[in-house]
Amino acid sequence: MSDTAPAVPSPPASPLAVGAELPVQRYPLTRADLVRYAGASGDRNPIHWSERTALAVGLPGVIAHGMLTLALAARAVATWTRDAEVLELGSKFTAPVVVPDDDEGVVVEVRGFVKDVAEGRASLALEVTCGGQKVLGQPKAVVRV
Amino acid sequence: MALDADLVGRTFPATAPYLVTEERVREFAAAAGGSWQGGPVPATFPIVLAFAAMNDFLDDVGVELRRIVHGEQRFAYERPVRPGDVLSATLAVASLRSIGGNDLVGTRSEIRDAAGALVCTATATLVHRGGPDE
Repeated sequence: MSDTAPAVPSPPASPLAVGAELPVQRYPLTRADLVRYAGASGDRNPIHWSERTALAVGLPGVIAHGMLTLALAARAVATWTRDAEVLELGSKFTAPVVVPDDDEGVVVEVRGFVKDVAEGRASLALEVTCGGQKVLGQPKAVVRV
Repeated sequence: MALDADLVGRTFPATAPYLVTEERVREFAAAAGGSWQGGPVPATFPIVLAFAAMNDFLDDVGVELRRIVHGEQRFAYERPVRPGDVLSATLAVASLRSIGGNDLVGTRSEIRDAAGALVCTATATLVHRGGPDE
């Protein structure tokens, strides 16, 4: 975004070189975001908004929709690839993102590494953490390049 | 409540046709903190269809949504979703196993457009939790 610093080298022609580490993206999440996502996605599971229900089914508290976390990972992919067409996307949901009932919420961090670029497809390995803990298992995306 | 093993291989009825509108896409993008101004539809948007299929499936087999936690989700796209698409999802149960009092249900939902062409295949593992208050 800088337009005043001539010492900054220009970015490479394509950021998707094999082995490249992509710039970390950070996304805050609060309870309000969970409610908003419930409405937009149709996933009104009360474990994403009711502490009472979440605790009753054995969860540590209200947790973010796994698909909201994956949507944040997809946002990072779109940012890195300048909205490249996504051919594959997926992950396991290995640890819950517990979102406290306060104004700060939590921050989800998304890192990406270019694993492979071949035949018009780039494979990205992602790492998605919250509070230093991995929350998605083997998240990956394949985009058209 | 354990799910019945004979669910494996069953295909459930297609979800009601869903019109992808610009407004829906904008709301979905905003719900993940982004904005949509006419570019590619967010990659996880087809979850709206896959989730509708899952809800129908859970109703059919008598499982409460609150007992479900998402274990895994994958999308393979044949083409991008576009505003104006009329989409429908058909869910099949691919696998079922029990681990530590929980059922792991493997599902595969094919999302097709109004012409019947495959747009996206969404595969999911749903964890049906046997919980303390059940």
